[in-house]
Amino acid sequence: MAKDVVELDQVSIRFAGDSGDGMQLTGDQFTSTTAAFGNDLTTLPDFPAEIRAPAGTLPGVSAFQLHFGDHDIMTPGDYAHVLVAMNPAALKANLKELRPGGDLIVNTDEFGDRALTKVGYETNPLDDGSLDGYNVHPIALTSMTVAALSEFQVTKKEAERSKNMFALGMLLWLFTRPVEPTIEFLEAKFGNKPDILAANKAALQAGWSFGETTESFSNQFVVKPATMPPGTYRNISGNLALSYGLIAASVQSELPIFLGSYPITPASDILHELSKHKSFGVHTFQAEDEIAGIGAALGASYAGFIGITTTSGPGVALKSETIGLAVALELPLIIVDVQRGGPSTGLPTKTEQADLLQAMFGRNGEAPVPIVAPQSPADCFDAAIEAVRIATTYRTPVFLLSDGYLANGSEPWLVPDVDSLPDLHVKFADSTNHTMPDGTEVFWPFKRDPETLARPWAVPGVEGLEHRIGGIEKADGSGNISYDPANHDFMTRIRQAKIDGIAKTIAPLEVDDPSGKAKVLVIGWGSTYGPVESACRRLRLEGLDVAHAHLRHLNPFPANTGDVLKAYDKVIIPEMNLGQLSLLLRAKYLVDAIGYNQVRGLPFKTQELMDAIKDVISNV
Amino acid sequence: MSETFASLSLVPKTDSKQSAKDFKSDQEVRWCPGCGDYAILAAMQSFMPELGVKKENIVFVSGIGCSSRFPYYMNTYGMHSIHGRAPAIATGLSVSRPDLSVWVVTGDGDALSIGGNHLIHALRRNVNLKILLFNNRIYGLTKGQYSPTSEIGKITKSTPMGSIDYPFNPLSVALGAEATFVARSIDSDRQHLQSVLRAAAAHEGTALIEIYQNCNIFNDGAWDPLKDSERKDDVTIRLEHGEKIIFGANSDRCVVRDDNGTLRVASVADVAADSIVIHDAHAADPAFAFSLSRLSHPETLQDTPIGVFRDVHRPSYDRLVREQLDQAKAKSGPGNLGALLKGKDTWDVS
Repeated sequence: MAKDVVELDQVSIRFAGDSGDGMQLTGDQFTSTTAAFGNDLTTLPDFPAEIRAPAGTLPGVSAFQLHFGDHDIMTPGDYAHVLVAMNPAALKANLKELRPGGDLIVNTDEFGDRALTKVGYETNPLDDGSLDGYNVHPIALTSMTVAALSEFQVTKKEAERSKNMFALGMLLWLFTRPVEPTIEFLEAKFGNKPDILAANKAALQAGWSFGETTESFSNQFVVKPATMPPGTYRNISGNLALSYGLIAASVQSELPIFLGSYPITPASDILHELSKHKSFGVHTFQAEDEIAGIGAALGASYAGFIGITTTSGPGVALKSETIGLAVALELPLIIVDVQRGGPSTGLPTKTEQADLLQAMFGRNGEAPVPIVAPQSPADCFDAAIEAVRIATTYRTPVFLLSDGYLANGSEPWLVPDVDSLPDLHVKFADSTNHTMPDGTEVFWPFKRDPETLARPWAVPGVEGLEHRIGGIEKADGSGNISYDPANHDFMTRIRQAKIDGIAKTIAPLEVDDPSGKAKVLVIGWGSTYGPVESACRRLRLEGLDVAHAHLRHLNPFPANTGDVLKAYDKVIIPEMNLGQLSLLLRAKYLVDAIGYNQVRGLPFKTQELMDAIKDVISNV
Repeated sequence: MSETFASLSLVPKTDSKQSAKDFKSDQEVRWCPGCGDYAILAAMQSFMPELGVKKENIVFVSGIGCSSRFPYYMNTYGMHSIHGRAPAIATGLSVSRPDLSVWVVTGDGDALSIGGNHLIHALRRNVNLKILLFNNRIYGLTKGQYSPTSEIGKITKSTPMGSIDYPFNPLSVALGAEATFVARSIDSDRQHLQSVLRAAAAHEGTALIEIYQNCNIFNDGAWDPLKDSERKDDVTIRLEHGEKIIFGANSDRCVVRDDNGTLRVASVADVAADSIVIHDAHAADPAFAFSLSRLSHPETLQDTPIGVFRDVHRPSYDRLVREQLDQAKAKSGPGNLGALLKGKDTWDVS
C-alpha cells in the first residue's frame, strides 16, 4: 500500500548508537545517496576518542548528523528532525539534539532492564511518558534483522551486526531514496565475503520493506534536489579535500610532496590519504615523533620538495622550534593544524578554534608565520593550494588551520576543472647572484627578491651555489653568521616585512551586506562560516540588517580589514575559543569588538548565533 | 673511485680533480685553539676527494653544539639546524634526494641526549646517512656540564658532588637500535679515522661513527689512554675484519669467547691459538659487535676497540621508499589529477 508522500524543504537526521554499531558508516551511506540525489547537505560526525568504549555506555555513543535540503545548506542543523537511537545510551546522550515533536526511532530490543540501568534510567523512557513530546517509533530493529537473516549462513552475532543496514534501509524508504548505491557499496566492501554481503543486502532490503508495510510510519517524505551551479559534483570531507589540494599544488608546481607526519587525531586521515598517492610522487614518512615529522619535511623542502607536516594542537607545540628554524632558514613548509579541543590532550575528537594564537605567536623570537584558514570542508582544497602558493613564493612556513569539524564533516563539492587551477611554478636559484667588490661572482643565499623580499631557493646539487644556512642569525645578503646588533635588527624587520607584504597578493576582505544598511558586522574565520552565514541570512529574512565578513587569511590580514571594521558601529566576533581573533583585531585595529565565544567541542548552532547577533543589533 | 662506494651509487661523479682545499669554506674556523674538532675537520676535508662525487651533491647537516658548527667550514651544501634534530632533517633530505651524499655531524649531547630518539630511529630505518658522533663526554658549548657519556662521579658545573647519571655506551645503544654499520675512531689518528670514513661511505644505509674527540677546555685528556704513545697500544684494540683480535705493544693480549658466548680479553700465552676470536664485522647477529662494544672499561678505557664493529647489508630506507614509488607508478601510471579529483562517486547538475 503506497503511503502519502510529504514534501519538505530540509531535514536533519541524526544516527546514534554504540561505537561498534556502524553509525558512521550508516551516516556516510545515507549521505552519499543523498548527495547523488542532488540535495545540498552538511554533515557532522560526533564520536568519542575511545575506539570501543564499553558497549551500552554513554562514553561509547557515536553519532552522525546529516542536514540536507532543496537549497543552500550551510550547517548540520541545530536540532535533528529525526533521531535514530540504537540503544538507551544513544537515546540518553542524543535526545537533547532532537527538536520537540521530532521523529524518534528507537531500537526496542536494546531497552532491557540492564541496558537501562547501565545509563541511569530508573524507568523505561519508552513507557514512562518522558518521550511524550516526540513522535516515537518503537521498532524491534535487532530481532527483525535476525529474523530476516535466519536463512543465511551467518552467526546470530553477525546477523545482529547487520541491524545498522536494516535501519539504513528503513530511513532510505522514509526519505524516498534508492537502495542501489548502498548495494553497490556493500558489493565492493564485502565482495570476498559472500555470506556477509548477502546478509547485509538482505537486512537493507528488509528495512526498506518494513518501512513500506509498517503502520509506524504514516507517510514518506521527499526533499527535492537543490538548485546548484552546473557541473560535476562529489561529496567530500575536509581532510580529503585538503589532501587533494596538496596533491593539486604538487601537480601545478611540478614539485613533489614530502609529508613528514606523526599520527594524531583528527589529522591522521590526511597521512592515510596521501600515503595512497605514490603514483603522484607523493612521499609520506611516518616519523618517530612530531618533531621528526616536521624535521624531515623541512629537510625535504631544503631538497626542493613541498615539505608538509600534518598535526593537531599538541603536535604544533612540539614542532614550534622547527617552525622557528624554517622562519630563520626561509624555506617553504606547510604546517597543517587540524585543530581540536585543548589545552593538552583536551578533546581529541571534538572541534575548537584552539590554535590561532599558537600559530601566530607560539615561537621564540620574532617569528611571523602566514596563516590560512579554510571555511568549509570543500574549501580545504583551495586553502591548501593557497598555503602552498604563499610558502613557495615567499620561502616561508605557512600554517593551514583546519579543524575537527571541517576535517570530518562533508558537503557536495563542484569538482574543479584542472585547467582552472593556478600555476604554481617556482624558479630555483641556478646561478651566482652577487658581484663582490673585487669582481668575483658569488652566490648569496640571503640576497632578496626586491618585490617579494623572498630569498633564493637554492637546492643542493647546483654547482657553484654551495652555501651554508642555519638557525643562527645571518648577515643580510651573504648569509654568514652575524652577531652584529644592527644586522639583527634589520633582519628581524625584513622577515616581518616579507610576511606583511603577502597582503599585496591576497584578495580584499569581502563584506556580505545585501541591504547596505547594516550597522552591525559579524566577522569570523575558519569553520564558523556556515553557522554565521546561515544566522545572518535568517536574520535578514526576519527583516534585520546585518553584515558578514569572513577571514581566510589571518596573517597577514587582507589590506582593507581595518577599513571594513571601521565602517560598522558594532563588530561581533563569534569564535569557538575564548576570543583569539578578537584579541588580534582589537590589538591591531583598536576596534571594540564584541566576542561571542563557546568551547563546547561542537560547531555553533544557528539559533544561538542569531540570538547573540540580535542582542547586539538591538543595542546599537 | 666512487664506484667502490655503494651508498653513493646515485650521486653524480665528478670529472674534476679535487683536493682538500676545494672542501675548505671561506669561513673562519671558530673552535677553541687545540680543540679536537680541527683534526677531524682536516681529516674530512682531505678524505672528501676520495668519494669522487661532485661537491655540490654533498650536504652536511648538524644540530647544536661545538661539533655542529662543522658544516660552516665545509665548502659543500650545509645546514646548521636545531638541537638534536639533525638526523630527522637529514632523513627528509636523503629520502627525497638519492643524488646527494648526506652527512650528519653531531655530539654526545646532541645525538644521545636531546636527539636520542631521532638517532635510534634513523639507525633502525637504515636511512642513507653517515653520522659522525663527536664524543668528548662533556657539554662544551654551554661551558661544561656533564653529558650522557660522562663517567659516574664526574665533577662538572652541574655535578659539584660528582655525576650520579649512569652513562650511555654509544655503540651499544646503536647496536641495540638495529644499526647496520657501527664504528669508532679517534680525532688524533687521521689515518685510522679516514679508513673508517671510507668504510662508512661504502655502506648503504646509516653508518654511525663515534669519534673520540678531546675538549681541551672542559674535559681535557678524556681519551689520553688511547693517545699516549707509551700506553695506547696496550689499551687499544684495533679491529680488522677477518683478522684475529690480538693487541698490545707486544701482541700478547687477545679476545676470546667465554662459554656463555660473551667476549673477554685474555693473555695470548694462556689460550689456545684457535680460540682467539676472528673479527667478523659482517656477522648477522649483532650480539658479537655488542659484546665487542662492552669490552672497554668505562673509566680507565682499558681494552677499547676502535675500527668497524659491524657492517652488514640491509636495504636502505631510501631505496625501499623509491621502490614503492616506482612500483606505484608502474602499476597505475603517473598520477592523473583530473581523475583523482573526480573520483568514483559523482553526479552531474545541468
